[in-house]
Amino acid sequence: VSVPILNASGCLDALTAPDVARSLDAFVTKTITPLPRDGNPPVRIAETEAGMLNSIGLQGPGVERFLTEQLPDLDALGVPIWVSVGGFSAADFRLVCGRLDECDEVAAIELNLSCPNVEEAPETAAELVAAARVATTKPLYAKLSPATWDVAESARAVAAAGADGLSLVNTIRGLALDPQTLQPRLGRAVGGYSGPALKPIALACVYACARAVDLPIVGMGGVRSGLDALELVAAGATAVALGTVLFGDPHAPGRVRAELAAEASARRYDDAEEARGIAQDRESYSVAKTQKDLQNAQNVHA
Amino acid sequence: MLRDRCRVVSTEGIGPYTLLIVERRGLDAGVPGQFFMLEAPGRLLPRPMSVCLAPRGQLAFLVDPIGPGTRTLCMQQPGDEIAVLGPLGTGFDLDVDRPLLVGGGIGVAPLPYLSELLGRPPALLGFRTAWHAEAAALVPNAEVVLEPTYVTEALPDDPGDVLACGPEPMLHALRALAPDAQLAWEAPMACGYGACYGCAVEIEGRLRRLCVEGPVLREAA
Repeated sequence: VSVPILNASGCLDALTAPDVARSLDAFVTKTITPLPRDGNPPVRIAETEAGMLNSIGLQGPGVERFLTEQLPDLDALGVPIWVSVGGFSAADFRLVCGRLDECDEVAAIELNLSCPNVEEAPETAAELVAAARVATTKPLYAKLSPATWDVAESARAVAAAGADGLSLVNTIRGLALDPQTLQPRLGRAVGGYSGPALKPIALACVYACARAVDLPIVGMGGVRSGLDALELVAAGATAVALGTVLFGDPHAPGRVRAELAAEASARRYDDAEEARGIAQDRESYSVAKTQKDLQNAQNVHA
Repeated sequence: MLRDRCRVVSTEGIGPYTLLIVERRGLDAGVPGQFFMLEAPGRLLPRPMSVCLAPRGQLAFLVDPIGPGTRTLCMQQPGDEIAVLGPLGTGFDLDVDRPLLVGGGIGVAPLPYLSELLGRPPALLGFRTAWHAEAAALVPNAEVVLEPTYVTEALPDDPGDVLACGPEPMLHALRALAPDAQLAWEAPMACGYGACYGCAVEIEGRLRRLCVEGPVLREAA
């Protein structure tokens, strides 16, 4: 696969929608915590002018029930399984990653270091990555928040702590008010903002981190089309994840994959992967484009 | 899970509501109480709507224009196309002896299709005003009460098998009078197919997804 298409964690349940999961190059689970969690009280979602807010709060079965009740069924789907891991301390991350390390079914682990809907761990992202690193040899992707002054600095810190890749970006905190009552529309008032409005923010984070570290990057945030996906690749992403778009269109993975190939082809790339990082350097873009033009011209004449 | 682009056949005003009829295409109509996610053109998220009627080759939805998404659905023109996903969720159990349909306000929406499949049983409908009560014309054999009278006050002493849809306080009050009632609940939903966990409601002390476990439940939600 040239540019793998994944789902964003928390945006798909592979067991209620197995066909959708099978249409992905890898399925990323909802975040798994050490203990079961009921999640946040309703109301949990609110559509806004240019996106949506969610306040789910890491509802989930806890790692032990995940391993016994869900992982075997997920494995049976035949899609690589990435498990998103969350917690409230370094010890939580170490514990869950240690349990997953024993499971052959788990292809990779994504560390949810940036859930906007729960209390944060006291440790820094790098400390949480270091704790997970001790517990597992599986590929570790650090999912970072866009809500920071210098996401590239976070990227360098988690890379130094042993992350094998980055997932960029998580949702960003937002608030929506009821126009009549002027009261918060979500039960917990503030939620995670996602959807089209997140795309420029995600592009900026991917762009900055791809310059800062030499790690694979799963780009996500507001992707609705193949062109959106290609833009993330151009900014430096090696894979693209779909989030909010899945809610309205469960067939988005196949559509975005086909559109991505067509958009790449329309720009004379044999494969979308060739566009990786092209937005990073205007000069090399001009050179590459010229070479490509020459090559195409030769092909035409050959 | 099927999703199709369906052509709008017609929109018809019924009191404050709009009956939106679309071509069914390859979609199954499902069981009364199940729902479809309807694309609301121009909005990010689709809107959940229970099947109101399922004439051959068509699906009809009763829409209350309460926000930007439902308003745009009500303004669709014949020939427009919207994406429709479904049927979704768990509908009414039709294996009942003495059905009594109970609806409140826009909760009347799933009852016409339910009435048809149950052989036009008696129905009890409550509305805010006579204008809202124009929707009662969709349900055969319906007794109508208007506020300040509530359906719970008009409920017979022995109501039989209650199948109900309406505002939350009505459903809670009904459940107190008819503990075995089948109740169609409502919650904001982003996806309708179990992906977002946005529609979680407390059922028997646990937060569960209404789109998967419901929307029709015998428990309180």
